[in-house]
Amino acid sequence: MPGKLKAKIVAGRHLPVMDRASDLTDAFVEVKFGNTTFKTDVCPKSLNPQWNSEWFKFEVDDEDLQDEPLQITVLDHDTYSANDAIGKVYIDIDPLLCSEAATVISGWFPIYDTIHGIRGEINVLVKVDLFNDLNRFRQSSCGVKFFCTTSVPRCYRAVLVHGFVEELVVNEDPEYQWIDRIRTPRASNEARQRLISLMSGELQRKIGLKVLEMGGNAVVGYLQCFDLEGESGLVVRAIGTACTLDKISNTHTSASATNPCNSSPSKDMKEAGFGEETPGVPLSSGPPTPLRAQTFSSFSPSKSYSRQSSSSDTELSLTPKTGMGSGGSAGKEAGPLKALLRQQTQSALEQREFPFFTLTSFPPGFLLHVGGVVSARSVKLLDRIHNPDEPETRDAWWEEIRQEIKSHAKALGCHAVVGYSESTSICEEVCILSASGTAAILSSRFMQDGTLDTEHRLSRQQAPVFTSGAEKGEGDMGSSASLGFEDLMPPGCGFCHIPYDELNMPFPAQLTYCHCCRRYKVPDVLFTTIDLPTEANITGKGCLIQARLCRTKKKAQGEGNATAISNLLPFLEYELHTQLMNKLKLRSMNALFGLRIQISVGENMLLGLASATGVYLTALPSPGGIQIAGKAPSDITYEQHISNMQKKINDTIVRNKELYEINPPKIFTLDPEAFRCINTELVEEVIGSPIPEPRQRSRLFRSHSESSDEVSELDLSHGKKDAFVLEIDDTDAVEDIHSLLTDAPTPPGFYSCNTEIMPGIYNWTSALQMFTSVRVFRLSNVNVTNQGLNKVFNDLCENLLKSLYFKLRSMVPCCLCHLNFTVAVPEDELIQVAVTAVAMSFDKEQSLENGRQIVDKTLMKAITENEEQLQFPLELTAESSSSAFCSAKGLSEVSGPLPSARAPSVDYSSFTDRCSSWIEQLRLKAHTIRRGSIKTMSSLEKASPLPEGRSRSLRSNRSYAGGSVAVVKMTPLSFLPGTKIIKYLGIINMFFIRETTSLREEGGVSGFLHSFIAEVFAMVRAHVAALGGNAVVSYSMKECVFMENPNKNQAQCLINVSGDAVIFVRESEIEAATPQPHSASAHTSSSGEGT
Amino acid sequence: MSMELDVFVGNTTIIYEEVYQLWLDGYSVNDAVKMRKENGALSECEASDDVLQSDTMDQYRTFQMCERLLYSPSKLANQLLFQIPAHSQTMLIERYYEFDHNFAREVLGKKLSKGTKKELDDISLKTGIALRSCRRQFDNFRRVFKVVEEQRGPLVENVQHHFLLSESLAKDYAAVVFFANSRFETGKRKLQYLSFQDFAFCAGQLISYWTVGAVDNMMEDMDVDLEKEFLHDLKELKVLVNDKDLLDQHKSLVCFQLREKIRVFTEMEANFKNLSRALINIATKLINTKDVRDLFIDLVEKG
Repeated sequence: MPGKLKAKIVAGRHLPVMDRASDLTDAFVEVKFGNTTFKTDVCPKSLNPQWNSEWFKFEVDDEDLQDEPLQITVLDHDTYSANDAIGKVYIDIDPLLCSEAATVISGWFPIYDTIHGIRGEINVLVKVDLFNDLNRFRQSSCGVKFFCTTSVPRCYRAVLVHGFVEELVVNEDPEYQWIDRIRTPRASNEARQRLISLMSGELQRKIGLKVLEMGGNAVVGYLQCFDLEGESGLVVRAIGTACTLDKISNTHTSASATNPCNSSPSKDMKEAGFGEETPGVPLSSGPPTPLRAQTFSSFSPSKSYSRQSSSSDTELSLTPKTGMGSGGSAGKEAGPLKALLRQQTQSALEQREFPFFTLTSFPPGFLLHVGGVVSARSVKLLDRIHNPDEPETRDAWWEEIRQEIKSHAKALGCHAVVGYSESTSICEEVCILSASGTAAILSSRFMQDGTLDTEHRLSRQQAPVFTSGAEKGEGDMGSSASLGFEDLMPPGCGFCHIPYDELNMPFPAQLTYCHCCRRYKVPDVLFTTIDLPTEANITGKGCLIQARLCRTKKKAQGEGNATAISNLLPFLEYELHTQLMNKLKLRSMNALFGLRIQISVGENMLLGLASATGVYLTALPSPGGIQIAGKAPSDITYEQHISNMQKKINDTIVRNKELYEINPPKIFTLDPEAFRCINTELVEEVIGSPIPEPRQRSRLFRSHSESSDEVSELDLSHGKKDAFVLEIDDTDAVEDIHSLLTDAPTPPGFYSCNTEIMPGIYNWTSALQMFTSVRVFRLSNVNVTNQGLNKVFNDLCENLLKSLYFKLRSMVPCCLCHLNFTVAVPEDELIQVAVTAVAMSFDKEQSLENGRQIVDKTLMKAITENEEQLQFPLELTAESSSSAFCSAKGLSEVSGPLPSARAPSVDYSSFTDRCSSWIEQLRLKAHTIRRGSIKTMSSLEKASPLPEGRSRSLRSNRSYAGGSVAVVKMTPLSFLPGTKIIKYLGIINMFFIRETTSLREEGGVSGFLHSFIAEVFAMVRAHVAALGGNAVVSYSMKECVFMENPNKNQAQCLINVSGDAVIFVRESEIEAATPQPHSASAHTSSSGEGT
Repeated sequence: MSMELDVFVGNTTIIYEEVYQLWLDGYSVNDAVKMRKENGALSECEASDDVLQSDTMDQYRTFQMCERLLYSPSKLANQLLFQIPAHSQTMLIERYYEFDHNFAREVLGKKLSKGTKKELDDISLKTGIALRSCRRQFDNFRRVFKVVEEQRGPLVENVQHHFLLSESLAKDYAAVVFFANSRFETGKRKLQYLSFQDFAFCAGQLISYWTVGAVDNMMEDMDVDLEKEFLHDLKELKVLVNDKDLLDQHKSLVCFQLREKIRVFTEMEANFKNLSRALINIATKLINTKDVRDLFIDLVEKG
């Protein structure tokens, strides 16, 4: 059944001049949805036209509503010749189809042209009236929520986690159709943009259907990718985790949102799915229903929904739905029931076709044990997709890889894979498909009726900021213990315990008893693709660890090329792994989180980049040092050389320990000094002689399959060699050591990680800066040896990082979070590295272990002596502002170097933010001290008029400007520090193409890409603002394909971005009724500091 | 072997004033890198030359992209391309429109036309201000002139309103516009000792007391032009020289007003008759455009 889509074109502004003669434009707008088009009147001779059109109404199927974007084209009317297009806006109306998300889209959108970029803005209003669909055979899936966030979204609670959903659709790439030869680049680009928009709409709808079939109402960790296969077509594929989410009732949101499931009949049907589709209800429904057919089963008419809904209703009433209560009920089942429970979960999961989860962080108690990283790669030869409606080959390829992952997980004794992701790398007709995840054992609770409380996580994370003193680890134990999980798993270390059988290990590993609970065995190193669990006990801080590798490859065609690549892959992976391991040891850490290995293929080389965040897990044994050994210890100078290097390495380890504050409790750890001694004694034996206890070399379990389906497994354990010994006789080892030591340490005040948050830092301020940086390096005249390439690639990444640190220096102390590197080989001699990350400031004072108390004291002082403390900076402000004005008046001085009084505004924002949080604390403190606080407050308020007056006088001009643009924050993380997300408005998934035929005029390739990325940001922000949001979380740039032809003065770039549009409120705003004076007084102290 | 492409784009556009000033002053990227190095940028964050170069390039590109928006500053606040904090926006605009007084002194009273633009090379050489910076400043003058030329109401407010500038900067622009419109001759050797500020002060006074807007408060016309009728009426002042009584009365009134306000009071008092005659002679001739243009020369020569 249909819905009614209504659109209204209000006005335009900043339009480009289309008529050279009059320097004006006669603009009108075409509004198109599906095959229906409406037009506005022409607004003659204006660059800021006011159309104020009627409501254009489209009556359409909800299937179309999901697939199609609303297409708005702004044109210049021309009486004599064809109308010139100014640009377009595509609006994805999906957010309007979900009752809980946005209700109206209204705002200024940049008018975008694929050749000229942004050309003015247009104000549009869009609404949808949706009639409820009672047809159970429908093809639409309106109302299913999609989230890019790879954890349970902040204002929801997961009732059930159903599992893996996937889908792919294929089509011919318009760029490669015959018609492309005769049409303009603009037409071709627009055809492509439109097609991809359609395809992702269709994909989302199909996935939504699967979710409904499974009985869920949302997809979390939705990951959509494009494969531009060139001649052979265009593939859009997506994976995600189907869940049933429940909105946490919140005083700040409308009460109607609390129980969304009852709002429409269609949703009742979703609920009806519970009983049948949820296998994990062993307590109430006997043997679980087989699930194998679930993912692909179509709705068969024989299934009577009315019957099922009644049965499921009773089941639902049986299952406790009371938040924390379920934790208690699980607790009662402990003892003999526990094993049974686990078995049942296991079997339930095994019956799923793919027990995969795209989530990377979990509600406490969900993740029981982690086995290690599982990954699979396969090299395929692309052929033309003959029948786009039946993309069987692509489906089969992925199916094959997923099966492999599943069997790897099983080999690790695990029944599930978490932190699962898939990717491809395409070069000409060769395609590498990769999948990776972390083998794990999950709790049954969320497979049946458990409720996950995300609020818990949120509050816990904020807790250290406000609670004083308590050592972090203890706090963790306390919080998880209070939830009654202790009988299911020991707190803080449970996930480290091995899931596999000790006597029947899948690979050689050295096990020790857990250093936390001393009851279970743990491995010596742990690699995972997930975020660090919040309950984990860690020592010190974490850091970004990258392994980079470049390998040459002979140019080849077709089958030969594929074979060559698949022959190289195992070595590449092996070396990446060795590098990771060594770098981990060098930092004295024992676990990697968020591991992402990207392998990119080019004509004549293969690039491998592994990024992860290293941490020291308290539960795992302390890592030993790194030992260097020479094979032929005859020459004295040679030995000298070795011992020099050894010394350097040892020094680095010591330095790193200090840097990352790794001081594990002595009782559990081997003294590194002693350990080193043992190792030196062992050196003689190590060489050539087998070691009695072979060290576990690898958590990475993987294999490669070629196009010929031949599966070759690779044992990555270093044979019988000790993992800590590096032999430097072969060039590889020299290279390894070299790369180990060339990694520059991060400059003081900076930390970096590729996970959501930095382990060991908790006191974030609200200052943040999301950024994208892209570099392309041309390899002309490089000696194309492995070593030469390696160095180039390594330097490229290192320099990029250095550059980031420099650019973000004003935010220190800060941490670069979610550092996401993507590498590509766009052409023969080009290497492209793109990074998207967020820099977040934190409070240095409090990051110190004991700093907390000191800060408390100073705060107390500040309160008691508030008069002096606050008025001093106040005076300074008055001075600085007046001197600023004086200097402006003393006009003759201005031409020279600028008066110092003006300088402080440089990093105002971060200052302000930090200070406001400081004031915030002061205020909180003041509250707790009761009466004394009044004085503080009053003095703060006294302080406010002046700086406010000052800022007014400085910015008085702004009032002329009219409505300025609302600020939209962007972050790749799932949250914004110091804020609370109160509403998710829908998924943002946008695809843009930009092309130029005047590359030099646009400032060369850098100028071209710089403006394109800025335009993409602008368009994302505009869409979010139009939905009523003020931030994008879980933002990512999935694709950035850049092609250039400098000789022809041409370049083209494709960018795909995604994220979740949200509304957040500052936590301080929730608590404080009068935040205004505080922010004003923050100005006072900030400028006071600045001068 | 080279970096083909190197960009950094933040969601919030952070403007580093130091680099912005270098850009405004017309330094090339390489010179800017050198200057920053001299100022000790490298010691921050253990940066290398490459890092500094790349950072400078990025910022220069951002400025270039912003420049288009700065032509009409009100656009900066509601454009969508860059998310710039409000205080940075104010700074961007104010700095962009700030000008060197040495430069302004050179073009003061000249027609703001393409012809004058060709003289910028010489001015650049003479003042030591980079040509690029001269061009920006000159274009700013022209842009402001073009916008406010035809507008009614107080000149300073118009400039402030349209270009979102601070009051003091708007006043300076008003002076530039006023001089350019009336084409007062300021380039003669004899006037060289007068600075831009001196002229700006005069312009302020003239705008306040001699223009159409000043005489007729109805905002009927603009501040830019001198009131013709008023100039015509100045003829009547001849009586102050010719009539002895009036001369004395005038003298006593002026002396009363200026007593203890100027240093050269006694000299002035002694020479009052001559001074007054000279001034009134100038005043009575102001009906001719030529004489208006030569107002300042006449004042210096004959006053």
